[in-house]
Amino acid sequence: MMADWEVVIGLEIHAQLATRSKIFSGASTAYGAPPNTQASLVDLAYPGVLPVLNAEAVRMAVKFGLAIGATIAPRSIFARKNYFYPDLPKGYQISQYEHPVVSRGSLAVMLDDGTVKTIGVTRAHLEEDAGKSLHEGLANASGIDLNRAGTPLLEIVSEPDMRSAKEAVAYMKKIHTLVRYLEICDGNMQEGSFRCDANVSVRPRGQEKFGTRAEIKNLNSFRFVEKAIQYEVARQVELIESGGKVVQETRLYDSDKDETRSMRSKEEANDYRYFPDPDLLPVEVDDGFIATVRQTLPELPDEKAARFARDLGLSVYDAGVLSASREMGAYFEAVVAELGATHASHGGPGMATQGLREAGTAQRNATHASHGGPGMATQGLREAGTAQRNAAHAKLAANWVMGELSSALNRDNVEITASRVSPAALKGLLARIVDATISGKIAKDVFEVMWSEGKAADDIIEAQGLKQITDSGAIEGVIDAVIAANPKQLADYRAGKDKLFGFFVGQVMKATGGKANPARLNDLLKVKLGSLDA
Amino acid sequence: MLHTLSIGELAAHLGGRQISSVEITRHFLARIECLNSALNAIITLTAADALAAAAAADRRLAAGERGPLLGIPLIHKDIFCTDGVRTSCGSRMLDNFIAPYDATVVARLKAAGAVMLGKANMDEFAMGSSNETSYYGPVRNPWDTAKVPGGSSGGSAAAMAARLAPYTTGTDTGGSIRQPAALTGVTGVKPTYGRVSRYGMVAFASSLDQAGVFARTAADAATVLKVMAGFDPLDSTSVDAPVPDYAALLSAPLKGLKIGLLREFFDGLESRNATLIHDALKIYTSLGASTVEVSLPHLPLSVPTYYVVAPAECSSNLSRFDGVRFGYRCDQPKDLADLYKRSRGEGFGPEVKRRIMTGTYVLSAGYFDAYYLKAQKVRRLITDDFRSAFQQVDLLIGPTTPTPAFDIGAKIDDPVTMYLNDIYTIGANLAGLPGLSLPCGFVDGLPMGLQLIGPHFSEGKLLNAAHQFQLVTDWHKHVPRGYE
Repeated sequence: MMADWEVVIGLEIHAQLATRSKIFSGASTAYGAPPNTQASLVDLAYPGVLPVLNAEAVRMAVKFGLAIGATIAPRSIFARKNYFYPDLPKGYQISQYEHPVVSRGSLAVMLDDGTVKTIGVTRAHLEEDAGKSLHEGLANASGIDLNRAGTPLLEIVSEPDMRSAKEAVAYMKKIHTLVRYLEICDGNMQEGSFRCDANVSVRPRGQEKFGTRAEIKNLNSFRFVEKAIQYEVARQVELIESGGKVVQETRLYDSDKDETRSMRSKEEANDYRYFPDPDLLPVEVDDGFIATVRQTLPELPDEKAARFARDLGLSVYDAGVLSASREMGAYFEAVVAELGATHASHGGPGMATQGLREAGTAQRNATHASHGGPGMATQGLREAGTAQRNAAHAKLAANWVMGELSSALNRDNVEITASRVSPAALKGLLARIVDATISGKIAKDVFEVMWSEGKAADDIIEAQGLKQITDSGAIEGVIDAVIAANPKQLADYRAGKDKLFGFFVGQVMKATGGKANPARLNDLLKVKLGSLDA
Repeated sequence: MLHTLSIGELAAHLGGRQISSVEITRHFLARIECLNSALNAIITLTAADALAAAAAADRRLAAGERGPLLGIPLIHKDIFCTDGVRTSCGSRMLDNFIAPYDATVVARLKAAGAVMLGKANMDEFAMGSSNETSYYGPVRNPWDTAKVPGGSSGGSAAAMAARLAPYTTGTDTGGSIRQPAALTGVTGVKPTYGRVSRYGMVAFASSLDQAGVFARTAADAATVLKVMAGFDPLDSTSVDAPVPDYAALLSAPLKGLKIGLLREFFDGLESRNATLIHDALKIYTSLGASTVEVSLPHLPLSVPTYYVVAPAECSSNLSRFDGVRFGYRCDQPKDLADLYKRSRGEGFGPEVKRRIMTGTYVLSAGYFDAYYLKAQKVRRLITDDFRSAFQQVDLLIGPTTPTPAFDIGAKIDDPVTMYLNDIYTIGANLAGLPGLSLPCGFVDGLPMGLQLIGPHFSEGKLLNAAHQFQLVTDWHKHVPRGYE
């Protein structure tokens, strides 16, 4: 059935800007304070009070606009969106309407199949958030908490460019990554700092005209976005195919029942009576201001991913994952830098000078300090070694950051900036793999001990006697003993049962407590089995 | 008698320690006690606070401090928020509202040592031209208590005319200082939009509202305006420009002053009114000014333009009065819709409701372009008309009102006739220009006003021109019988 229908999705993302005070008052924006303790007279809309624009919110909006290659309006205007609701103290929301500060940008999004799609951003405008109604714990009444009222929001409106729920999620994740990179939004979806409305319609494949859309309000997780769109698409297709018509309306997603429900139809929709807010002057942004903001732009996710692929030889996929958050990228780069530094000090010939822009200081954590390891090389690091070795190190670091480290962080719900294994400590472990002191398999066990006990890799390897057996004579002795003890398997192997090679590897490993160097073992075993055969 | 003295004279007496602020304050409180009941000009009397503030001012004076307003009483229009004192805005909606903060105007005057006696009656939410829309009943004109004092700052104007305070504050959105000043025979100044902070002034029409002052003379008004005016970081529309020493500009000679006569103001002007204006012009000519007729072709569109823009803004500004956080709340609301409907239905009077409905209509989808947008375009044309006029002349002169004070009840049921009362004053608000009304004679025993309008930030020139006029005339010295 879906083959006949094309899905059209546009998102309106609300990103709460990480200003310290509100967009039009001096009250704090901190989350979680007791109700109404962070609502000033302005937020409470007392008679006579006036809004004063927080310049920091404008700076953040401009920063976002520059990051998506958008047009920054030299003059943007705040309007009033009028409607009555108890969580809206003034009876209107101040929001940019006809003249937003940011317009016509775009964003490249990588889809599951590895293709890159450009999604248009129609506009991004500044507005204030409303308060919250509280219905729990009050008999025959509703409470209102206006702490959130007046919190600055950047509403990011996409073009209807997405063609599946997965594309919509990929786009939303990309914006999520971007706003955190730019440090203009904490991205906390549980606290509502990042949420979206999805406009969804379907049309017969090949038809140019858009179908009638429904707007699903207030989706605050990637999973809900995906499920709500999927449900809504199925609903619309089913409705049309059974002879019905989609009506333009606002719908609410119920995550418990996994369905969308009508909130209000177009006819019931408010007439918001927008008009320019006479209490606020037009916002003027000049070239000097834009240039100043441009200077504060960090390396953006796409730039970082491209650099990881280009300079470190990472796959496009790995580069994408490692640049998905600024913190993970910084951690990864710190590990790579440490590994490179180790090799430089070992006397490798100097070659590439790699300017690492981001290897952050955030990773200088307690673990690192307690280990008394060498100071992390963070800026303008001189990396030594051949390109191949660089790539090998980067790949090793990438696998570990994306693998064991990410699993441990997820499992224990720890942010990477608070990782119990610092970049320096992880480097200490990886260096032992590189110099063949331990195998990758043993390293995983060592990592678990590092994670749980906070010890250095070398100390664990030493204390537990995990040092790999690389001495050929020692391995050969074990191989001889194993072959001697298993004549039947030897005979079968000789008879052509190649799979038994693995049996011999296993027996040797068992006998060495897993410490035999796997590569050396492989080589020697092949020779031994072959030589006996000869 | 203390109420016959100018602000300058009172300040001199206080400075010379011949009299105390407490004595002055007691004098005016006694006058209010005795005279206000016939006028209903004051709706909140803050006698105890006033005496405490006066005592504090006396201590500052005793310590050697001097200031043009230190220890001198005033009355604030009840549109200004006053910390700890009811700020009703003339409405049942705010009858129970004790403001938790001072408006910037109030704070500045307080810091200068001004002593607030109480708060003046006004049209509900400043919507009216007769002070008959107040929840607290109409204000009566001291010249004839059967007549209105004008509005919306009718209480402030009547209190000034009756000499219940040395000066009073007001606000002017479409003429609400100048029109009542004219109808009560006092001097009233509406400064340039942005000259005085709007912070803490209950908003009616944000792009038009401006605070100003009523005084017995232009010289007194100059002294007060100097303290009130200036940039306020809490009001984004206040202008960050230095405030001139208006008093120092008063004595400049008018020789060479070019006065524009607005043809549109004189078309159809009632003859006795016209005569007063022409007499005034003769005085200006004798002071060395020249006159030239100028035309502002779009000015006749002021009233319809204003009655789109002002209601549009008020419909939004008054949305905050919803019975939820402050102000009037209906009894036993059934649900949210009932809370809104009845709180607003019972809390607002008919004129306020009329304007909220008008404003809601002109902003509605389908009507916005035809009304609100068109009105904004006309507003631009009117502003441009003024701008080109001021390329030819230094200031414009005309009548403040078409007629003297009318009977209470005469126009209250006919909004359009009532709105036409502001025909000469609205233009300055639409263009954001300063305007001033000063007494220029009498028609049928009732005072009439001469209006001066100048370019942006020309308050100094307007006060100078008014002061020079008052040096050679005595219209401003006339006091209604019983209030001498």
